[in-house]
Amino acid sequence: MQRVGTTAVSRVPVMTRLGLDSRLIFMVLAIAAIWIVFHLLTNGIFLTSRNLWNLSVQTASVGVMVSGMVLIIVMRNIDLSIGSILGFTGMAMAVINSRIFPDDTWWGAALTLLLGLALGALVGVIQGTWIARLGVPSFIVTLGGLLIFRGGAWLLTSGQTVAPLSDSFQILGGGLNGSIGGPWSWTVGLVLMAVILVSDLRTFQQRAKRGLPNRSVLVQAGFTGAMLLLVLGFVLVMNGYADPRSGLPRGIPVPVLVMLAVTAIMMWVVRATRFGRYVFAYGGNPEAARLAGINTTRLTIMVFGLMGLLAALAGAIQTARLNAGTNSTGTLAELSVIAAAVIGGASLSGGSGSIPGAFLGAVLMASLINGMLLLDLPSAWQNVVQGLVLMLAVTLDVVVQKRRVK
Amino acid sequence: MTLTRQQGAAGHGNLSTPLIETRGIFKSFGGIHALEDVAVQLMPGEVLALLGHNGAGKSTLIKMLSGAYTPDAGQVLMNGQEVQLSSPRAAQLLGIETIYQNLALADNLDVAANIFLGRELLRGGVLDEDTMELEARKVLDRLKVNLPDLRKPVFNLSGGQRQCIAISRAIYFKARVLIMDEPTAALGPQETAQVNELIQSLKQEGVGIFLISHDMHDVFDLADRVTVMKNGRVVGSSPTSDITQDEVLEMIIAGKLPRGQAASS
Ligand SMILES: Nc1ncnc2c1ncn2[C@@H]1O[C@H](COP(=O)(O)OP(=O)(O)O)[C@@H](O)[C@H]1O
Ligand SMILES: [Mg+2]
Repeated sequence: MQRVGTTAVSRVPVMTRLGLDSRLIFMVLAIAAIWIVFHLLTNGIFLTSRNLWNLSVQTASVGVMVSGMVLIIVMRNIDLSIGSILGFTGMAMAVINSRIFPDDTWWGAALTLLLGLALGALVGVIQGTWIARLGVPSFIVTLGGLLIFRGGAWLLTSGQTVAPLSDSFQILGGGLNGSIGGPWSWTVGLVLMAVILVSDLRTFQQRAKRGLPNRSVLVQAGFTGAMLLLVLGFVLVMNGYADPRSGLPRGIPVPVLVMLAVTAIMMWVVRATRFGRYVFAYGGNPEAARLAGINTTRLTIMVFGLMGLLAALAGAIQTARLNAGTNSTGTLAELSVIAAAVIGGASLSGGSGSIPGAFLGAVLMASLINGMLLLDLPSAWQNVVQGLVLMLAVTLDVVVQKRRVK
Repeated sequence: MTLTRQQGAAGHGNLSTPLIETRGIFKSFGGIHALEDVAVQLMPGEVLALLGHNGAGKSTLIKMLSGAYTPDAGQVLMNGQEVQLSSPRAAQLLGIETIYQNLALADNLDVAANIFLGRELLRGGVLDEDTMELEARKVLDRLKVNLPDLRKPVFNLSGGQRQCIAISRAIYFKARVLIMDEPTAALGPQETAQVNELIQSLKQEGVGIFLISHDMHDVFDLADRVTVMKNGRVVGSSPTSDITQDEVLEMIIAGKLPRGQAASS
């Protein structure tokens, strides 16, 4: 892995010239390497539609939260409470679903989800307000939140597990009926491909027309082509796993769809909105952001509110998947999420971080866990390997930064 | 255009009404009196040099004018009317632009993003990156600043280039009052000359400029008037034509007007 790192470093200038992000390329290569190694070690089980489908579902929970964590870390903060918020809101949704909307209706499930999301956002806003208005470090406030909301998850039902949940709500977890099937998967895939093609083309044309610098046509074509192939491959894999009952393709699982939608929206937020711009401005220079007239207090509160909302969304996914609300759901999830964000390029000194990078970080971590499960390694090894990968990734970053400074 | 607008606001283009004026400003941090009863005035098209030792209160005064600090007591008037500079945004809306001593740029953002920080151009509610890049290019060309890639983070630009980004911000948003806190302190001689040239041309356009500088030579080249501060108080003001560099230095050090010099603020 280290050798791969060294070549990536020496390639940096070429990448920049081509307008590509060396870190993303490196992560894709690292994931490819991990997949191939596991494929060999598992005698051809890893790279099957069935396993990749499972892997995608296993990525969903962390994948949904990690983009929020990127914004938190970019703003020089941390949120240690998200695992507990996940558990707390998950438990709350289980209670709401089974006690208030016991009948299986789509609107009962939707209301359960909405109330859960509102609760998560509220919790996040309260923490954010505490941090921004009272000036207490986010590490402390969210460490308190970690304890409080884990306790809260227990207190909601005095520790009792709440099950079962309505069939409609379970769809969120990607269980038996939790995939959108072959035709809809193709629809989603084709729409996505059309959007990529049209938006890339328009951006390129408009910049060319207004005399702004562009990537070379060849590089842009290669880049767009790769994205289209990725989407195509994804749909093929998701449709390659048949439902054993009906023999029909399962298609994209709902939680994976949610994760992809969240990632796409967050990428757009960072690239195209003032909110995203200000998050990075604050991370780069908080004083400059304030002097530029940006309301940094409100910004901090919004980012923590968003994080709480995403944690609740992950809580819905995990609770629906388990078909039960338990008071331990999401324990230690904050650490996987922080690790994924950092592996994906978020720096704890603030100002830098990437949504697609963090998403790849989540895929990388989930791949490691999935592979180790297939190999039947004791779960203690999973923690050891996750810890090592995190340290390796950051070390690599430190080394690269040092070289760049020279 | 800026000039006509402010003359209109001042009534009959009355040249004796200051563009901006402070009266009896007080500000303290804990027990430290950073500003005590400070009154300064700036006329349209005037360059006023603010002088004084470190800790005299210069930066605090200009942060008051740029909306970063709020005074404990006192008034700020623009064209004779009291204004509330309650936030940086409020000051910006009144046409007060500030170039801070520590070059307030976000290192991780690109050139265009820094110029438009806090006042991004939008199209359909989303950032209009292309137009911002084009406008940034235009204003930088006006300043004769050559930056090949405006989409690169400003992280590894030189002090002069960074200063130019800060200045182009003020120019793009048509400053009426420009505050420069040691604008050339971090610059080489060539870049300093460029900034000084810029100050001259803004002055021609009727922009009022507060200039904080330690370079007595620049001050006498550029400023119409000097105001000296010490320990949070204004020692006195004088047109540069009526005073020598030695006399100014004496004011800064002794904290009182030189003998035979009447307060002419
Ligand atoms: N944010 C602050 N907190 C506490 N004291 C401050 C602050 N800003 C300025 N001061 C104090 O106010 C006085 C004036 O400082 P300043 O305006 O920076 O002076 P100058 O810019 O003339 O060197 C100094 O004694 C300084 O220590
Ligand atoms: Mg100062």
